[in-house]
Amino acid sequence: MPTKKEVFEKIQVALVDALGVDDEDVTLEATLVGDLGAESIDFLDIVFRLEKGFDIKIPRGELFPEDILTDSKYVQEGKVTEAGLDELRKRMPFANLDQFAQNPVVQDFGNLLTVADMCRFVESKVEVTD
Amino acid sequence: MRWYWIDRFIEFESGRYAKAIKNISLAEDHVHDHFPYYPMIPSSLVIEGMAQTGGLLVCEVNQFAEKVVLAKLPKVVFHCDAVPGDTLVYTTTIEYVREEGAMVTATSHKGDVLHAEAEIVFAHLNDSRLANLFDPETFLRMVRLLGAFDVGHAADGSPLKPPRRLVEMVGAPDDGGGIGDSEDNGP
Repeated sequence: MPTKKEVFEKIQVALVDALGVDDEDVTLEATLVGDLGAESIDFLDIVFRLEKGFDIKIPRGELFPEDILTDSKYVQEGKVTEAGLDELRKRMPFANLDQFAQNPVVQDFGNLLTVADMCRFVESKVEVTD
Repeated sequence: MRWYWIDRFIEFESGRYAKAIKNISLAEDHVHDHFPYYPMIPSSLVIEGMAQTGGLLVCEVNQFAEKVVLAKLPKVVFHCDAVPGDTLVYTTTIEYVREEGAMVTATSHKGDVLHAEAEIVFAHLNDSRLANLFDPETFLRMVRLLGAFDVGHAADGSPLKPPRRLVEMVGAPDDGGGIGDSEDNGP
């Protein structure tokens, strides 16, 4: 069973390989899009490296819920609706959506996810020790 | 100019790996500019050759139904130059194929010498407005020209054949006969 530190270190390696950033750039508080420069194609790469690194399966949309963000049921006039926010909370219990919910502009969603969120996501799929 | 940066497949195992060769020649116009008095194949065209090898391998996984495009190069390392007279062997191995895209690892060898290595990420385009990136007949001719069906094996070990869907679109015989064998001079 990995420790939380080992989970972080493996995620750090995955992000360094996928995004071409330095180790020291990958801090827990860093956002994938804003701080680390991730783009949409990078998310596919990151998911694969997480699956391989942790021997887990990540179905499409589980980590990056692009299906919700492109569904007219959940997005209107460029903003996520209350129903959409509920879906996001259900899909992403590892992420803190409170700040995003105050002004849920779809374009801003990409900057929500942090490295810490990814650690919590992986920890929810593997058993970890402290 | 034809945008072929591989000359022929020498191995093709459906869903697993493919090898293709690229012969570098003084007859290629661009090497005389890259560089004057020291012709060598540009690294970008080696990457394109590896991408063509891997891209067709990935595309075949779904019987050439997906539109596969080069999307990202997470890692590329070159270890030496490749010059006219060299034959490069590109080997691409599938790491994953998902609904959204795929990744291969690729190497380029000059004989036993490792010339380059790369990770290549492809995206599957799902915009219906794009229809066919290639005209089906041209695409099928290209894959036949590259010898994929001459050396290829399907997952069950049987000889790789053009998918029926593609053959029916083109209206060609699926007995292994080439499109345009008799009169056409190629794409």
